[in-house]
Amino acid sequence: MNSDKILKYILFTASLLILLISGGMVFSLVRGAMPSFHEFGWKFIISSEWDPTQGREQYGALLFIVGTLLTSVLALLIAVPLAFSTSLFVAEYFKNTRIASVVSTMVDLLAGIPSIIFGLWGFYILRPFIVSIGLSDQGYGIFTSGLILAFMIIPYATSLSNTSISMVSNELKEAAYSLGATRLEVIWNVILPNARSGITASYILAFGRALGETLAVTMLIGNSNRMPTGLFSTGNTMSSVIANQFGEASGLQLSSLIEIGLLLFVMTTIINAVGKFIIKKLNR
Amino acid sequence: MKKKSLFLSLVAILATISSSAFGQSLSGAGATFPLPFYNMAFQKYTESTGVKVTYGGIGSGGGIRSLSDKVVDFGASDAFLSDKELAEMPATIVHMPTCSGAVVVAFNLPGIQSINLTSDVLVNILLGKIKNWNDPSLKKLNASVKFPDMPITVVYRSDGSGTTNMFTDYLTKVSKEWANKLGSGKTVNWPVGVGAKGNPGVAGTISQTKGSIGYVGSEYSFAQKIPTAYLKNKAGKFIKPSMASISAAGQGTIPADTRVMLTNSDAPYAYPIAGFTWIIIYKEQNYNNRTLAQAEATLKLLSWMLTPDAQKIAPTVNYASLPEAVVKKANAILRTVTYNGKPVLK
Repeated sequence: MNSDKILKYILFTASLLILLISGGMVFSLVRGAMPSFHEFGWKFIISSEWDPTQGREQYGALLFIVGTLLTSVLALLIAVPLAFSTSLFVAEYFKNTRIASVVSTMVDLLAGIPSIIFGLWGFYILRPFIVSIGLSDQGYGIFTSGLILAFMIIPYATSLSNTSISMVSNELKEAAYSLGATRLEVIWNVILPNARSGITASYILAFGRALGETLAVTMLIGNSNRMPTGLFSTGNTMSSVIANQFGEASGLQLSSLIEIGLLLFVMTTIINAVGKFIIKKLNR
Repeated sequence: MKKKSLFLSLVAILATISSSAFGQSLSGAGATFPLPFYNMAFQKYTESTGVKVTYGGIGSGGGIRSLSDKVVDFGASDAFLSDKELAEMPATIVHMPTCSGAVVVAFNLPGIQSINLTSDVLVNILLGKIKNWNDPSLKKLNASVKFPDMPITVVYRSDGSGTTNMFTDYLTKVSKEWANKLGSGKTVNWPVGVGAKGNPGVAGTISQTKGSIGYVGSEYSFAQKIPTAYLKNKAGKFIKPSMASISAAGQGTIPADTRVMLTNSDAPYAYPIAGFTWIIIYKEQNYNNRTLAQAEATLKLLSWMLTPDAQKIAPTVNYASLPEAVVKKANAILRTVTYNGKPVLK
């Protein structure tokens, strides 16, 4: 056997293994979720009742779906203006300067910080701060977690948009300048239309990342199984209810937690697929 | 070929070393609550007997699963198995209490170190009916305390835990309303407040939030010296949570199999929210090709846990040791454990 063939087999096995692992994960999630699905059916998604007390067990995921969407959307709303400004700063205004590379390194560094550090910072610094300025009595809730999530997803939102903004061809920009366009007009009429899909895709991927974030959110959301009533009310998310309860859960409760996991998996898969689709369109 | 035989002989040598030098070894898994006590006790046991004991703090649920899967010599749980859970186990199991702990009500009120609470007031706070610290019902119980006008923030455990189980078991016993609305369990549907993960999470949130009240494991609160509430017990006395008052909770009537919650004890000086933690083993030790030696080693370890030598370690890590009468009952339980139908302990 020649080395080429051996390499081919190794690569084939490796990729097959990854396929098998992801397939196995989906399979075990579906299998684990079956008892809960049989018990509650589609009502699982629209019911907001979550009661693990023996004898009157009732599980529905709506609370957690709402909590997850609220925190992630809030995070995106906070992160987008920041990320967009940073991208313009790094990839257009100060392109290829020292300060741009410092800024983009710092932003990339954010991505490397473990989420427990964000959680601790949120718990010991951000939460007391929110209490001290009188926004809420105890500082936990949708707003605090959304804010922390925003910081966490900024690097994901910037890196891809940086690339697509800097990829806009210089000829186009120069043409616009030669017609007398101001810098703002160039950004608005040349850069944005050309980089639009890349920027959108990066925000969608960042959103997908926010959906699944667990640790920092668990530390800050307040973990209450009640429908959030406002920005500062406490809530719970899909990933944090799993993290909180799976350790001591059994039977129907465990199965319902697994079904939430499956839902989260489906949600992030769809979000990522949409992101990938938009990138593909950009590259064509 | 030469390499291979060298490798094989190396493996053989290692295998003989590990089996001869380390001798007997036991493994257990389960509750995290008594982990510091078990770690200290097992270490001492290994030092004096050479029997190696490993214990994994994976949670009570995990401990029960591990024993059910027969991958450990003993399991450990903060909650005794219900009749239904016992029936689901592959064979008969027995419970042996090892020490007791309690759940304390911790709070954060600037300048106030202790308050008195009755079960009614406590339940009303937790149900969100009493919303402010200046409520007249609190004033009535604490004539000398000057309560601030401050909203109450309830803090509870967000993760499933034996601490929550013990606390809600007490609330279910003392309040019909609580029993109807929430009941007891490792996680319940708290109507108000915020959830934090683990004892450190709850204690941290309380210490950082003025006007908060919550519950933490006594072993944690004693170690951290957190301000705690005196609770009115069944005998009508306001009791401070302490080693003595927790131990006293075990002096009430205990069934022979020790499967009982010590909450709302009728002993006069008992702190009302206390409970045992148990080690669980199979009653018939000959399963999964276990040797008689392994069964004997398991039982020797467990009966040593009941000796004064082991029990005196408990208070040093903030657990209450077992009262005399309970030790007797536990020893009687161990004597019922058999190997091929014959008692393991003489």
